[in-house]
Amino acid sequence: MSEATSNAPAAPRPQSEFIRSLKRLLREPLGVLGLALVLLVIFGAVFADLLSQWDPTRINPRVRFEGPSGEHLLGTDQLGRDLFARVLHGGRIALYVALVSTAVSLAIGIVLGLIAGYGPRWLDNLMILLFDAMKSFPTVMLALALVTIVGPSLTAVMIVVVLVNVPGYARIVRTQTIAIKSSEFVTAAQSAGASTARILRVHIMPNVIGPLVILASMDIPVVIAIEAGMSFLGLGVRPPTPSWGSILNDGFAQIRETPWIAIAGGVPIIVTTLGFTFLGETLRDVFDPRLKGR
Amino acid sequence: MSEAPILSVDDVQVAFPVGGMLNRGAILGVAGVSFSVQRGETFALVGESGSGKTTLARAINGLQEISEGAITFDGGRIDGLGKRQMKPIRKRMSMMFQDPVGSLSPRMTVGDLVTEPFRIHGTEGRNLRDEAARLLTLVGLPADFAARYPHQLSGGQARRVGVARAIALDPALIIADEPTAGLDVSVQGEVLNLLNDLRERLGLAMVIITHNLHVVHHVADRTAVMYLGRFVEMGETETMFANPRHPYTAALLSANPEPDPDKTHDRITLPAEVPSLLARPPGCEFHTRCPWAQDRCSRDAPPGGDVACHYPLAPGARAPVATQVTEPVT
Amino acid sequence: MSTLSITGLNVYFSTEDGPLHALKDVSFDVPERKIVGIVGESGCGKSTLINAILGLLADNGEVRSGQILFEGVHDLPQLSAAQMQDLRGPRIATVFQDPMGALNPVLSVGQQMINIQYRDRVSKAQKAARAVEMLKLVRIPDAGSALHRYPHQFSGGMKQRIAIAMALMMEPALLIADEPTTALDATLEVTTIELLKDLQQSIGCSVMFISHHLGVIAELCDEVAVMYAGEVVERGSVRDVFHAPAHPYTRRLLECDPARQTERTRVLPTIPGEIPDLRARPPGCVFAARCLQHHGGCDGPQGEVMLGAGHAARCNLAAVEVPA
Repeated sequence: MSEATSNAPAAPRPQSEFIRSLKRLLREPLGVLGLALVLLVIFGAVFADLLSQWDPTRINPRVRFEGPSGEHLLGTDQLGRDLFARVLHGGRIALYVALVSTAVSLAIGIVLGLIAGYGPRWLDNLMILLFDAMKSFPTVMLALALVTIVGPSLTAVMIVVVLVNVPGYARIVRTQTIAIKSSEFVTAAQSAGASTARILRVHIMPNVIGPLVILASMDIPVVIAIEAGMSFLGLGVRPPTPSWGSILNDGFAQIRETPWIAIAGGVPIIVTTLGFTFLGETLRDVFDPRLKGR
Repeated sequence: MSEAPILSVDDVQVAFPVGGMLNRGAILGVAGVSFSVQRGETFALVGESGSGKTTLARAINGLQEISEGAITFDGGRIDGLGKRQMKPIRKRMSMMFQDPVGSLSPRMTVGDLVTEPFRIHGTEGRNLRDEAARLLTLVGLPADFAARYPHQLSGGQARRVGVARAIALDPALIIADEPTAGLDVSVQGEVLNLLNDLRERLGLAMVIITHNLHVVHHVADRTAVMYLGRFVEMGETETMFANPRHPYTAALLSANPEPDPDKTHDRITLPAEVPSLLARPPGCEFHTRCPWAQDRCSRDAPPGGDVACHYPLAPGARAPVATQVTEPVT
Repeated sequence: MSTLSITGLNVYFSTEDGPLHALKDVSFDVPERKIVGIVGESGCGKSTLINAILGLLADNGEVRSGQILFEGVHDLPQLSAAQMQDLRGPRIATVFQDPMGALNPVLSVGQQMINIQYRDRVSKAQKAARAVEMLKLVRIPDAGSALHRYPHQFSGGMKQRIAIAMALMMEPALLIADEPTTALDATLEVTTIELLKDLQQSIGCSVMFISHHLGVIAELCDEVAVMYAGEVVERGSVRDVFHAPAHPYTRRLLECDPARQTERTRVLPTIPGEIPDLRARPPGCVFAARCLQHHGGCDGPQGEVMLGAGHAARCNLAAVEVPA
């Protein structure tokens, strides 16, 4: 039996596609929750300095291992640093890494994918081989190898994220490009004399970018987890810079005596991951053309 | 006809490689076709799926390499030209593709779509917004359609946008691949009227590719019927409709059900299906389906010329001359 | 008794801009052993009608009122999903424009034709024999070996004939054919409709044949319903409707058919304008905005005018204009 396809006749849409999708998003409880959590994290990171008067790196031996109080909302760590300030500033690092490295991965992935998809067959084969080789490295191995070369740093984290993400993005762009390049509107552009650069930029890229951005938004929690994980292992952000992963590590040793440190590092990771996941999944559903008109 | 034709196609072949490393071979999508189109003339290529009509159109437009023959446009050879040399030709020869909506880039506005040819070939100081309005008006769409996207258009409106794009640079020749495909009957006429009107006003030459003979009847000056990559009959459209000479043309003409329940159909049914290009029949390639095939037809290739048939139909007759001894030939 | 009898069918879709009235007061019959054509252009509601009959409306669609009586006993919108499932296939079969919708690309034609007969308690050899018989009936050359081949090994015309064979194998009471010949070349189209007519007579089923091709309807069908913007604007025997069209839309549609224009003309007739937005249906005649005979009487609700046995048109001018 055939599927029941969209049986509503097409009519001109008065509103822009974006506004409609946004409205659909706000009707999904999970999407609203995701959006709220994400906004909360962003808010905390942006206004970190206003929300806490403490310097996240100031050491104060007199207040080591203090539990949550009016003074220190989430308590202090083994060096007497204010955990609330560290969590807020750790959010900055997490979001910074997530956004910058995802944007860089997207840019590189799109370019490589377009080249592989539109270029000659041999180049495509070569690039696919490269992508697959890169993908076959486990993330942790890749991180360890890289840190051995360049040393632990924020940049190392971002390079790892880019190396992990690019092959996947490039593959998706490549597949889409191959599908789109044989469509009639691309042939029509060729027939009109459009250059390859113009075809890629004007006719192909806008059609691959939408689904890719949604996919990338679902990857953000993974990136945040990579950053936290690497910092936890001491491969990422260098102390004293605050990161959720290093806070978690600080609290890990004394988890029985002073559990609030580990909680302060772990809960934000969970909240952010859930927030971006809910948001990303809802975005995907909302923009999915198969669900249009519902 | 003292003037040189705008387009002439001489014995063009298009070969597609088939097979693997060991048994490499080629099939002929277009197997030696010649015709020419005068300035301001409408020429129709008619054939069923697999007849090679779209391949031929793509070859003329330089989207498909030819393996033999020559294509001359506006006095110069255009076959085998590189991308850069072909670019100025593309200003003067535009092509319309089958799918009215699918041939429009989905993320571009109508305004951007109709002015894209200017962006590609240089704007020469034109105001693109004005050009968009001018072109849309020319094809009978309101100028505010420039802000719409292809998915917001009906099939007929999308086809008009395609026409606007095709005429943007004031070409000398338009190749239209199935200009009425996917359109409702009530809209088909609109598009054909528009093409006719533009042709008269702008002095365009057109090559129209279609499987629907009845579309051709009203728009084309001359028509060629294609079968397995060859022309089986070519001539003035009106004459061909009145007196089809090739059995295939006659069968195509009779295959159109008419909206009259009482009409008795004196139909020429074609047995079997179109043979594969991989196994072209010997002799006359139509003999496997021809109701009047003789021994000779499976042996000898049919004569060249406008009717590729050993036993063409007599004017007004429903069977070949040779087999209808009693019917007087006029 | 009619195989299918639809009365006062109203289907709505809920959309973000409010309810969309997709089918309005649709009524027509598919009598036993008859072929009824449904004609209309894009947006006329043909696919919604099929989906409503088959119980396959999208989640946002709803039959608000009306009856779809099948074989005089089942009111289809009232049936459960499981009951509908039992009817679809063995009792109500369908053929679509794209035969690959019905054919599974990874199973041989024979396997698929045997699978369809899962309800019959006969041996596999007998099922295979029936499949061969059916393939012969739809004129597939070398039917025996065709069983072992896969769908992609057949041409488009043959695939559609195999799809027809599969649809008719269980001898359904009703075949719904949705533009089954539209994708085929002209020469194949006529052979396919001739075949369909032969099969319908030998099996004795009823057919609801949806097409935008007026010529095909004229040749194949006994009765016809003309749809426009979700309404049946005219219905009757093919002869009545095509020889004495009473609704202006039917008349204009007939004029537009290029085959009807025997004289060569440079200006072909058209129907300017577009179908109304079904979210805001006009209170009066749905065709009024494009109608050349539009007058004050068209702005109120329109009823069907009976013009003769089974011939009806939803136009207030119908009775006046068409002499009996």
